[in-house]
Amino acid sequence: MAAPLTLVLILSVTIRAVLFRSSLAELISERVEVVSPLNAWKRVVEGLALLDLGVSPYSGDVFHETPLVIYLFHFVVDYAEIVFMIVDGITAVALYLAVQNYNKNVFRKQKYALEADRYPHDCLELMRSPKEMHYIPLKVAMFYLLNPFTILSCVAKSTCGLNNAVMALFILSTLKGSALLSAIFLALATYQSIYPLTLFAPGLLFLLQRLYIPVNPCRSRFWFFTVQYSVMFIGSLLVIVCLSFFLLGSWDFIPSVYGFILSVPDLTPNIGLFWYFFAEMFEHFRFFFICVFQINVFFYTIPLSVKLKEHPVFLIFMQIAIISIFKSYPTVGDIALYMAFLPVWSHLYRFLRNIFLVSCVLLACTALFPVLWHLWIYAGSANSNFYYAITLLFNVGQILLVSDYFYAYLRREHHLSQGLYLRRKDGSEATLVLK
Amino acid sequence: MAALSRKWDPLFVLVLGSLVFSCKGDVLKTSNDRTESISATKIEESSPQAADLGDLRQSDEAESNEDRKAFTPPPPNDQFQEEMVIRPLYSGDIYASFQFRTQWDTDFLHDGKKVSHYRLFPKSLGQVLSKFSVRELHISFTQGYWRTMQWGQPFIPSPPGAELWVWFHHTVTDVDGNWKELTNVLSGIFCASLNFIDSTNTVEPSASFKPLGLGNATDHRFLRYATLPREIVCTENLTPWKKLLPCGSKAGLAVLMKSEKLFHSSFHSQAVHIRPVCKDWQCTSTAWELRQTLNVVFDLYTSGQGKKEWSLFKMFSRTLTEACPLASSSKIYVDVTDNPGGELFDLSPSSPLISTAVVLGDRRTYSVYDLTKKETFGQLRSLNLLLRWKGESDDMLRPPLHAERYVSGFGLQKGEIHTCLYNSHPYRAYPVLLLDSLPWYLRLYVHTLTVTSKTRENKPSYIHYQPSKDRLRPHLLEMLVQLPPHSVTEVTVQFERALLKWTEYTPDPNHGFYIGSSVISALVPSIVAMDTNSTRDRPLFSSFFPTKEESSYFMRVYTEPLLVNLPTPDFSMPYNVICLTCTVVAVGYGSFYNLLTRTFQVDEPSAPLAKRLANIIRRLRGVPLL
Repeated sequence: MAAPLTLVLILSVTIRAVLFRSSLAELISERVEVVSPLNAWKRVVEGLALLDLGVSPYSGDVFHETPLVIYLFHFVVDYAEIVFMIVDGITAVALYLAVQNYNKNVFRKQKYALEADRYPHDCLELMRSPKEMHYIPLKVAMFYLLNPFTILSCVAKSTCGLNNAVMALFILSTLKGSALLSAIFLALATYQSIYPLTLFAPGLLFLLQRLYIPVNPCRSRFWFFTVQYSVMFIGSLLVIVCLSFFLLGSWDFIPSVYGFILSVPDLTPNIGLFWYFFAEMFEHFRFFFICVFQINVFFYTIPLSVKLKEHPVFLIFMQIAIISIFKSYPTVGDIALYMAFLPVWSHLYRFLRNIFLVSCVLLACTALFPVLWHLWIYAGSANSNFYYAITLLFNVGQILLVSDYFYAYLRREHHLSQGLYLRRKDGSEATLVLK
Repeated sequence: MAALSRKWDPLFVLVLGSLVFSCKGDVLKTSNDRTESISATKIEESSPQAADLGDLRQSDEAESNEDRKAFTPPPPNDQFQEEMVIRPLYSGDIYASFQFRTQWDTDFLHDGKKVSHYRLFPKSLGQVLSKFSVRELHISFTQGYWRTMQWGQPFIPSPPGAELWVWFHHTVTDVDGNWKELTNVLSGIFCASLNFIDSTNTVEPSASFKPLGLGNATDHRFLRYATLPREIVCTENLTPWKKLLPCGSKAGLAVLMKSEKLFHSSFHSQAVHIRPVCKDWQCTSTAWELRQTLNVVFDLYTSGQGKKEWSLFKMFSRTLTEACPLASSSKIYVDVTDNPGGELFDLSPSSPLISTAVVLGDRRTYSVYDLTKKETFGQLRSLNLLLRWKGESDDMLRPPLHAERYVSGFGLQKGEIHTCLYNSHPYRAYPVLLLDSLPWYLRLYVHTLTVTSKTRENKPSYIHYQPSKDRLRPHLLEMLVQLPPHSVTEVTVQFERALLKWTEYTPDPNHGFYIGSSVISALVPSIVAMDTNSTRDRPLFSSFFPTKEESSYFMRVYTEPLLVNLPTPDFSMPYNVICLTCTVVAVGYGSFYNLLTRTFQVDEPSAPLAKRLANIIRRLRGVPLL
């Protein structure tokens, strides 16, 4: 399996290297779909230039990266292209290993369940074969590395790639069962962009499941481990934040990074829902709606964790997808991360209801983004509503995609417990409905 | 006495001019001098209070005034002077510049002593000075752009729109609060939109604006500078400005200020400058100087059918009949430098008084009309200066420094600001200070800053950059650039255009946003010093070494303001956007809610209506259901 993975890595690096050398690189690095005010490379360079001028990069409103990112690029700014390619490679390999591990677990569980005869007899066709599962990790790596969204994001040198790598490492260390590493990477991801905080729940659930600790508030073992994991997470978060403080000697980065993410002052267009909504918002409702929209991102954690407490890996996928849809400054790089997981759920394909429609919508929107942007900004023959409309449609497409996978996952679980061919009382073939 | 003064006039000009240049001194301190020798020592002593050499014109005005009063009884502790300079420009336009100076030997900032008795000094401004502890105040309102390349240099430069800069006293603790109140008060005094000055367009320049009066305070925390490039100047600003004059517009030179004529011009600029100056030559105590200036350029060439003739009546539709009775001096200067032998034009009535001065680095000759003398008005008791051209004037000596600015790029996403600085001096390089204050909605990328002269990189030796804060603070970029001789230096910096909230746009958003002028301040080598091949008739012994006093002078150049378009949202549909976006969020929430709260169940078809009715009846009857 290592050979095909190496081939994919080489191919993806070649594509990126060619694009870096082409004239497209500059064009891509200024597309609003690919870079946001949070992760644009131009702003990283600006931050470094401000440091050189002896001005704190956080004294202005151009630079919003965390101090660790400045520290990193302070040394490797000349090798940025290589760094971003390596980072993408790390993400892909981490996802590859994580999914490989996950599939092993899934297959083992399925074997035990079959031996214990826990599945209804007509569910045999829902069982997953080792043959189809064999190529899934490779497909995941391919989906990440060869996804045009990832390639664009890498060529634009968007620091979104770094966040994705940290999240992939978090997933890998969680699936490998290392609580400490998991907590550290989760803290890093949270430190970078706040929103991965919601991955705390699935991480904890997975580790509990792995240690055969039932999620039961009456058991002391449950609480012991929860507190242990929280302490590790908060401790490493504190260490990272204090380290940032000592790097620059001021707390300015807190409002400039996290305040910026949460209060959405920069209304530069992007593929998300925030920019036009808050450009058109009435001033006295602004604070209310910012609260509503930000709570919306975090809110789904609780019900999803309750519903999917037996399936933490799917919960991780759902959380990443929700973050990338509803976060304040989304870019295509965020979408690429959750799309890399789609091959893992390829066995759900038969239960998906509108995958064709959704893929068409997503493809059409991707093509229309640059067209409508050009019409609005350069040609002047369209106005902002055109671009706004396409972001709306793109987000509806993503929401349908994610909820469709959620539906399919729940339905398969239902069939696994109730049998695939359900009958009505009168013996006719039944249809399943949500009630 | 009058004859004596006339005889001494040129000598004074030369001596004082040279001294002023040698020490970059504060020329205003000459006003109370009694003799030539005293003035010499005094200026040397007061040289530490170095100030800008912005306008040297008052030097000869001051001295010619002062020797007239030499043997009069001691003057009251305030005095008023008025003067006008008329300069025919090479483009055929006429430049008229008024200056009114009120000087008062009092101290507004003295603790515990409330100044309540006002004579010549306007009370409204005096109260403002003491209330807000203002050390220096400079405010200008300008309509139109001064075309340096066609018109040469103005006596007092000013950018289009309104400009305000204030040095506060160093005891002020809440500078921003004082500044906010001060702008609101001035807004009322001058009927202008100065109340739109807030933190988003106020900067604290670190080097470009130094105090022009006494005091060597250089802590720029007490300095505030703001421009409103969009401010439109009109009659309602002129009327309160005229009211500050001791004679109002009733008498003296101010009767010429008819707004229908003044605003029918290519350029109009009115300003108020207040600063502390020395009271006497030992500078033991300070006096306050209020200087009101009004500069106007009349386009008489095109409106006068191609004739370059002008007269006071043609320009102002008024003639002069008297000086302001409160004025201690009242004079008109007409620039006759290009007409030494009278072959180019005729000036009538002609004046026997001639004054020469080095103004803005160039030696100029003026015909002087003293309005305090009866004979100036002649038999008709009215003075109507009239100039008739006989020949064509030769080419203008280009100013050694000028600048222009433009935005390049297309589309509404990004752009690049180009500032071109022209040094037209043939062999001298000199440094200039460039100040740019850009609003926050142009997100400047300072790492893209390039300075090139003669296709080579020209690294600024000093850069002061303060990045902007959204909706709080503008960008401030100041740098010291060395301009090589006879070159164009191009400063470029890239920016990104921000999308604003819909309420932050001006009522006509697609017109664009005005960006204030860049300010270029420099000590430029003077044109007189450049004159080494002695094209002029000068004694040989005076022209070997370029004399120090004429070597350089202070010059401030303002570039054009910019008009930048920003991307706009659709202003007509806030409700639609709120509804649509909320719908999408609701679609997400709804579909997740559905899947989270419901469970899968087999769909049992419900019985037809007739059967259900029958079953209800059967249940009532107590028989088994169907």
